[in-house]
Amino acid sequence: MSVLWVLAKVAGGLGFGMIWAAFLGWVERKQSAVMQDRIGANRADILGFKAIGLFHIIADPIKLFTKEDFVPQGVRKAFHAVAPSISLGFPLLALAAFPYGGTVEFLGRPWSLQPVESPMGLVLVLGMVAVGIHGVVMAGYASNSYYGLLGGLRGASQMIAYEACLAATMAGAVFLFGTLDLAEAVAWQARMIGGVLPAWGIVLQPLGFVLFLIAGAALTKRTPFDLPEGESEIVGYHVEYSGMKFGMFMMTDLIESVVVASLATTLFLGGWHVPFLTAPGVSGAGVALPPFMGSALPAGLHGPILAALMLGSFTAKVALVLFVLMQIRWTLPRFRFDQLLDLGWKNILPLALANFLVTAWAIYLAKAWGIHIWG
Amino acid sequence: MPPQCSPPRGGGSRHGGLATREACGRVTVRPVERPERDLAVQVYLLEVLTGLGVTFRHFFLNLGRHAAKLLGVDGEPGSVTIQYPEDPPALGSRARTRHRILRRPDGAPRCAACLLCETVCPARCIRITAEESPEALIEKRARTFEIDLGLCVFCGYCVEACPVDAIRMDANDLDLPAFDRKDMIWDLRRLMEET
Repeated sequence: MSVLWVLAKVAGGLGFGMIWAAFLGWVERKQSAVMQDRIGANRADILGFKAIGLFHIIADPIKLFTKEDFVPQGVRKAFHAVAPSISLGFPLLALAAFPYGGTVEFLGRPWSLQPVESPMGLVLVLGMVAVGIHGVVMAGYASNSYYGLLGGLRGASQMIAYEACLAATMAGAVFLFGTLDLAEAVAWQARMIGGVLPAWGIVLQPLGFVLFLIAGAALTKRTPFDLPEGESEIVGYHVEYSGMKFGMFMMTDLIESVVVASLATTLFLGGWHVPFLTAPGVSGAGVALPPFMGSALPAGLHGPILAALMLGSFTAKVALVLFVLMQIRWTLPRFRFDQLLDLGWKNILPLALANFLVTAWAIYLAKAWGIHIWG
Repeated sequence: MPPQCSPPRGGGSRHGGLATREACGRVTVRPVERPERDLAVQVYLLEVLTGLGVTFRHFFLNLGRHAAKLLGVDGEPGSVTIQYPEDPPALGSRARTRHRILRRPDGAPRCAACLLCETVCPARCIRITAEESPEALIEKRARTFEIDLGLCVFCGYCVEACPVDAIRMDANDLDLPAFDRKDMIWDLRRLMEET
């Protein structure tokens, strides 16, 4: 039973990513269109019904799957075939580690809403994303093309720079929470500062959050950090790919956006907490039902409603981060490569380390002098 | 000194910089001040926020306009897009579209088959064969007059060259594409049809 539940949760986590990736294809078109005074894709229809272009979500995969999957002569066939799966698969797996909700009581037993309940959740996420980069490098190498290879090398260099930055930007928050377990990190953020302000990561680590968002945007290798692709100069690591294999690389960027948004939500935006419904210890979930609901509903139904509240809160926060990421993507032009590396190694990394040092000293001094900021 | 010594105005002047320089014997230089990059620009993050402000403003403004249109409230349109086949295209008053051949009062084409348009055409898309006109006061007329709109570059030279104002490019008809190259060749009859 519990194995089935874990499998169902993992499937749910992956589905969370896949649905977001499909939906983001639509969001990307429409958001960029509206902010550029355009209309955006609106032609795909079913029986004359257009649903503001939402059917392009279906039209895109149909097109990608039915296109010829052309493998050029001279590519390294095995690597060429495996690379898209590595690039897409590992970031997807990272989504299995996030706490989409706490633990709720239903039918007399507790149900956790985190697919993989690992005390090393954060390391798992970072590791999966890092392995996913190998797909990019492998694609560049397998293409047997200078442009593809250049794209792959750029990808590798960029990822080394920004993986280091990403870990450093989260160091402050992780030190504050005192755990690598993502569920515990969320549970920590249930406390309140002065009884009014939720002690979310963004409140206690504002600089860390901004730096994390920049490094995260770089990790998704989308504009303004799309140097590995760089379609106007080198076309990029997927220059020799077509059909759904190319589509998988395109999806990877969106999935990685979802991973970064989920990570930002978990560490900085209080995860599945609903603001002002947080009550540590209530039903083991950390989220209490609104008072008017709690009295009106039978106690047996509280678990599913709490679960829906938590999932909804998490999804809404992810959507907000994705919206901001998308807006950044359509606002800024691409960096030059030296600017990109300068930004990573010379600006974000020192600032993130300084942020970590200040955090560590603040925590030490607060403990030493017995100051309690949060209850 | 004559007025050509003043620096050339605009980019498209026919008597561009070179002639002016030779006439005056000096080169006109317009120094361009390099913008100072102060700290706010160097930090870059502030500039990013300014840019995001612009895009967010457009996003929410347009979103509101789309919503207002959906609710039936009149106002500014949320986009500048013209949905071409459904909406009529917005053409300028001097737009050059496909050609039309004008008629004389008696209904015959005005063309005098002088071949000036065929000669001036840079795309060589006009083909005219001339014949003797039965009317006493008119020397020649066009037996066939064909324009290959698949080759035409819509430069309008034929209109300027015509001495009898027989050809104009104001049909305002954009529905030109055909499935066969042969159908892109318009003959006298089609060119004279009123749209």
